Amino acid sequence: MYKIVKKQELTTNIYLMDVEAKRVAKTCKPGQFVIVRMDDEGERIPLTICDYDREKGTVTIVFQTVGAATKMMASLKEGDSFKDFVGPLGCPSELTEETPESLKNKKILFVAGGVGAAPVYPQVKWLHEQGVAADVIVGSKTKDLLILEKEMEAVAGNLYVTTDDGSYGRSGMVTQTIKDLVAEGKQYDICIAIGPMIMMKFVCLLTKDLNIPTIVSLNPIMVDGTGMCGACRVTVGGKVKFACVDGPEFDGHAVNFDEAMRRQQMYKTAEGRAVLKLEEGDTHHGGCGNCD
Amino acid sequence: MDVLKKIPVREQDAKERAANFAEVCLGYNKEEAMEEASRCINCKNAQCIKGCPVSINIPGFIEKVKEGNIEEAYQIISESSALPAVCGRVCPQESQCEGKCIRGIKGDPISIGKLERFVADWARENGIKPAGATEKKGKKVAVIGSGPAGLTCAGDLAKMGYDVTIFEALHEAGGVLVYGIPEFRLPKEEVVAKEIENVKSLGVKIETNVVVGKSVTIDELMEEEGFSAVFIGSGAGLPKFMGIPGENSNGVFSANEYLTRSNLMKAFDEESNTPIMRGKKVAVVGGGNVAMDAARTALRLGAEVHIVYRRSEEELPARVEEVHHAKEEGIIFDLLTNPVEILADDNGWVTGMKCIRMELGEPDESGRRRPVEVAGSEFVMDLDTVIMSLGTSPNPLISSTTEGLETNKWKCIVADEANGKTTKEGVYAGGDAVTGAATVILAMGAGKAAAKGIDEYLSGK
Repeated sequence: MYKIVKKQELTTNIYLMDVEAKRVAKTCKPGQFVIVRMDDEGERIPLTICDYDREKGTVTIVFQTVGAATKMMASLKEGDSFKDFVGPLGCPSELTEETPESLKNKKILFVAGGVGAAPVYPQVKWLHEQGVAADVIVGSKTKDLLILEKEMEAVAGNLYVTTDDGSYGRSGMVTQTIKDLVAEGKQYDICIAIGPMIMMKFVCLLTKDLNIPTIVSLNPIMVDGTGMCGACRVTVGGKVKFACVDGPEFDGHAVNFDEAMRRQQMYKTAEGRAVLKLEEGDTHHGGCGNCD
Repeated sequence: MDVLKKIPVREQDAKERAANFAEVCLGYNKEEAMEEASRCINCKNAQCIKGCPVSINIPGFIEKVKEGNIEEAYQIISESSALPAVCGRVCPQESQCEGKCIRGIKGDPISIGKLERFVADWARENGIKPAGATEKKGKKVAVIGSGPAGLTCAGDLAKMGYDVTIFEALHEAGGVLVYGIPEFRLPKEEVVAKEIENVKSLGVKIETNVVVGKSVTIDELMEEEGFSAVFIGSGAGLPKFMGIPGENSNGVFSANEYLTRSNLMKAFDEESNTPIMRGKKVAVVGGGNVAMDAARTALRLGAEVHIVYRRSEEELPARVEEVHHAKEEGIIFDLLTNPVEILADDNGWVTGMKCIRMELGEPDESGRRRPVEVAGSEFVMDLDTVIMSLGTSPNPLISSTTEGLETNKWKCIVADEANGKTTKEGVYAGGDAVTGAATVILAMGAGKAAAKGIDEYLSGK
């Protein structure tokens, strides 16, 4: 069992948890992920690692309640436990393989969308610890949905916050901020974009035009997370890759986002049914459009 | 009683079982088992033992069944096999022990597999456990993977008195016995879980959720966690795909994914939180045991199911019994047929599969006649689900993180067949990680050989 030592609601429907998982905390690196399972009936849910404390043996996860499984996860309290917590899975971020000297000569831009701020944070923090200051754009739909602003501010070189509705910081999508920064004369050698698939797609279209190499972190459907099932296959540069063992980070300019987005829809009906069952229990008997 | 004929084993009716996940074969009762055992002529130079990868004293245990002494029969089997209830169900006996049986020359061979199953089931129902070690060796051995190879190696080492810990990547122990082989062939709760309990009762510890190569490396296990030797039984690995257009469409799965959802995650059960595609018309591409398992699972989830295989029935790599069961249940075999493209609608969902007819030409390097395309014979099958069951390629997680561990050109770990020894000192390997996809019993044989190899290595230290 893996005990939840801290739980915090960052904003509506987005939760942060520190979980005791000694083996993961000892070896994980920025860019990697874990798979968690609530109980014996639970699905295996992949989540990116947001932070870790090697001494305390804890790993921080951040998740948004989107389906039945994450809604049930949100009901766990401090002191409760996950049945399973396995990792670290996937390859660490490529940046962590580089020497501090080579990193210091690079102008690095992070682009985080929504809950994507969680997997961006450990990378920016790790760079900060190497003495590298990276610029970070954090985008969210509205001010209320913004997460990890203070934490990010403490480790980023420059932090640019933008909201789609202009309720806080800059106004508009993250792509607008990238355009503005480049127009202001900023130059970047590399961009790391993590967020909803559609955001990563449009960031990549833009950075391709701007000639900024871009890394994205994909979160396709997975079962085992160790290469065994192939559910997470994505096409990168015309080749089939497994996100769990070859990724989750890939060259964004080579990813087939349209296919990846289609594949994410695979169990949408089943997921919809599960949410209704959770919310309405036995009272739900069809008629919702999701049920036969 | 006709001594040339075996006692038939009771099975669930084909029509009935096509709609449920309960076990197909019902097994012998004690009377039937004793009667079948009485056909054994107890050969002095028993050929059946030579056909068994773990060399069970087959005439010895059958003799005890004949006498009705099932407990002793169980202890005889346990000397050689840690998983008799599993082997009695999934071993290809026709090409092993039963294939060598003298009775088979003039009539039916003794149903050794069904007798083994009966003995193991009886022992379980009567609470009989295998006998453990009497003396401890005071040395720790790590076993990676809790499939048939790992469980056998761990069980044997524990019986010799070693302190054994199994590290399992998934949340449940059992490996392919849990994620791969379906409930209707191998019940998970009553059979697999109980066999694992037996291994644990020998003193073996199992730590789940540890991905060796990621959570911890082999060097760390040996240098920091005090393990004197390591056995790698990490299994088959990454599923293969054909590389044809449309293969990433929604509704195309690897057999590994489809079976893992149904078996490990229990997606066949409405109460499970893990979804599975309940297709209406499904094609399973491939002809091995895994293809039969995927096809029969899809059938039970309500689909019309086709096996699409590029060679003819004679070349089907699956066990005869599995093919027979699949046909009885209504699986349609489209043989000498090869997919060339998967067709999808505008939203990326599978609508069909373009195939081409094949004919058999000259034998290839495997000795089987090579299938060649019949020009102009393309046709389209209407489908909503395609399951690719083409085998696996090795998982690089361990070999890429363990210095000094050699792999061959197929990226399988190089290990000595006789004792499991790898190119790294103190590290042994066996099962699919070494041979590529094979059978449960061959993996068990390798686990057994490696346990002996590890004991020799540690005794000499």
